Amino acid sequence: MRGPRHGMLHGVERDYSLVLVVGEEDLLVDRAVADAVGTAREADPEADVHEVFGGSLAPGELAELAAPSLFGGRRVIVIRSAQDVAKGVLGEVTGYAKGLPPDVALVLVHAGGAKGKSLLDAVTQAGAHVITCPKVSKPSERVNFIRAEVRRAGGTITEDAARTLLDAVGNDLRELAGACGQLVSDTAGVVDGAAVARYHRGRAEVSGFTVADRAVEGRSADALEQLRWALTTGVSPVLITSALAQGLRSLSKVGSAPRNLRGPALARELGMPAWKVDRVRQQLRGWTGEGVARALKAVAEADAQVKGGGADPAYALERAIMEIAEARAFR
Amino acid sequence: MSVFDDLVGQEPAVRELRSAAASAAEVLRGGSGAGMTHAWLFTGPPGSGRSVAARAFAAALQCPDLGCGECDACRHVLAGTHADVEVVRPSGLSYGVKDSRDLVLRAGSRPSGGRWQVVCFEDADRATEQAANVLLKAIEEPAPRTVWLLCAPSPEDLVLTIRSRCRLVTLRTPPSAAVAEVLVRRDGIDTDMAAFAARAAQGHIGRARRLATDAEARRRREEVLRIPLSLDGIGACLSAAAQLVEAAEGETNAAAGELDAAETAELRRALGEREGGKGLPRGSAAVLRDLEERQKSRTTRMRRDALDRALLDLASFYRDVLIVQAGSGIDLANADKEEEIRGVASGAAPETTLRRLEAIMECRERLEANANPLLAVEAMTVSLQFH
Repeated sequence: MRGPRHGMLHGVERDYSLVLVVGEEDLLVDRAVADAVGTAREADPEADVHEVFGGSLAPGELAELAAPSLFGGRRVIVIRSAQDVAKGVLGEVTGYAKGLPPDVALVLVHAGGAKGKSLLDAVTQAGAHVITCPKVSKPSERVNFIRAEVRRAGGTITEDAARTLLDAVGNDLRELAGACGQLVSDTAGVVDGAAVARYHRGRAEVSGFTVADRAVEGRSADALEQLRWALTTGVSPVLITSALAQGLRSLSKVGSAPRNLRGPALARELGMPAWKVDRVRQQLRGWTGEGVARALKAVAEADAQVKGGGADPAYALERAIMEIAEARAFR
Repeated sequence: MSVFDDLVGQEPAVRELRSAAASAAEVLRGGSGAGMTHAWLFTGPPGSGRSVAARAFAAALQCPDLGCGECDACRHVLAGTHADVEVVRPSGLSYGVKDSRDLVLRAGSRPSGGRWQVVCFEDADRATEQAANVLLKAIEEPAPRTVWLLCAPSPEDLVLTIRSRCRLVTLRTPPSAAVAEVLVRRDGIDTDMAAFAARAAQGHIGRARRLATDAEARRRREEVLRIPLSLDGIGACLSAAAQLVEAAEGETNAAAGELDAAETAELRRALGEREGGKGLPRGSAAVLRDLEERQKSRTTRMRRDALDRALLDLASFYRDVLIVQAGSGIDLANADKEEEIRGVASGAAPETTLRRLEAIMECRERLEANANPLLAVEAMTVSLQFH
């Protein structure tokens, strides 16, 4: 199912007995560590692998782990959270990094921040093979990650399909990687929008703003559905009330703007991006000032309920959405 | 001269406290002291002088002359530096279990001056329920010479178990003539300004003094009182709300920022900081973070209080409207705005005015329950306009 495991480490004339993995993206870090351990295992299938955490590394422990055993096998030592290594042990670790005994491979995992920077520098200088695993945080980076994952699994995916998959599965890289592997094996390699839609329905992550948009558009059934999604995926009720309030504020803002302004001038006057102004104009249909007033009162009531005034935040929010729909119809 | 001089318009309460102080002195001489007890609860509307009363009573307990106001003991108590008077003034959002455990310990010690160990807990209603439970035992059976003085707006603000262990001293809203009189006598404010401030503050002495001495406070009041006439549509309602919240934040941020910076600098010095931020020992970050958290809680509290003051001004406007509508002839709090008040009064029914007052009070309750300030105030301004 997966491609060659240690592909990126092959075919280069270099010594991989000292590896430094820098970064906080867990999935990528784990893969890099597994790769490094795999390389060592290739050289000696019997190799002993020891994993320790930097913070709990005691003086002398490294020497003990690195000492040759009676049977003379290879030893692989993985130090996780190397940034936590205590000051007293630091010299020992850098000492080993500079002069590794034969038959010992050392893999350091470092978060990459300012903490433990001296160790990071020392090990880099010692000629470690550095693998960086930065956090994947932007949507575009996630899309690239999905495409790379599918390629890795031996398939191809269009950018649109990758986006749909991201919407459906959510932002967790492990789940995304799992979904990519599954899709490739289910579709014989070519993953397109239709395939994603067949296996993944709905949206995994709904923000309060989606709920608010549906609610002020008067589509209360949709809004309630999105609300359920949002609450199940762990969006805080407080964020939803504030998004609802924000939506109503925008209505009032655009609704009471000077009539003679249009386009960019209007956007400037309101301090909103032009696309937002256009969308709010669409949403404004069917609303009166008094309606917005009623709706705002309902949202404020929901906010009080969510803050501990009521027993069930979900009920309070549902009620607010229903009342927003009623307020919209209010003449 | 007496320590009770600053307690304006509270003659019945002062009589009670004086006789209790006399009984307390009798206890010290070995008598029965039937009029004294170990736990007192001072209640009354904001500004009626709860903490002033508690402080004065503490001085009367420590003074050999039952509160002469001139001896060292009286001066120390009034200045808040007396060794046997612990003043607790919660500045954060609430007063927690940890703080109250320390307080119990402090309350158990013997008075170093040989008279009374007094714990004066201002704003006792800010103690959380758990914190109140911790205090329970100490308040019920304190050490022989320990006296608890709790302050809260009303007895209902404290849990029943605490309430039932205290003797109640109820203060009333002082008449504005008495407030004006004290402003002239104590703070040297001229008569007209004192009369205006006393009326506008509706018996709240601290607020009256602030209005009389601080031009910025008067300007903010003007701005708030302009709101009822400015509401002519949803847009105006929302911008009035935004303005109220921003004004409260602006008022607070400067004051809180200064306070925070000074405190942080002092703590860093105490931890051993040298020039250029060096020399902080290990573990300093946690201590500093702790301070930062307390400061944040205090800033939120200050912001909430500032907003609450503005809402009270707004409520006073509608109170006046109601007085005009009812034709009751009571003095208007905002006599300087009589024209506007009459205009609003003739434009709406008394029921509407009551509903508006209710909306303001509901907003205050919501703010105290940690609601989103902007949203709560918006709901209020909107309710003032549409009903």
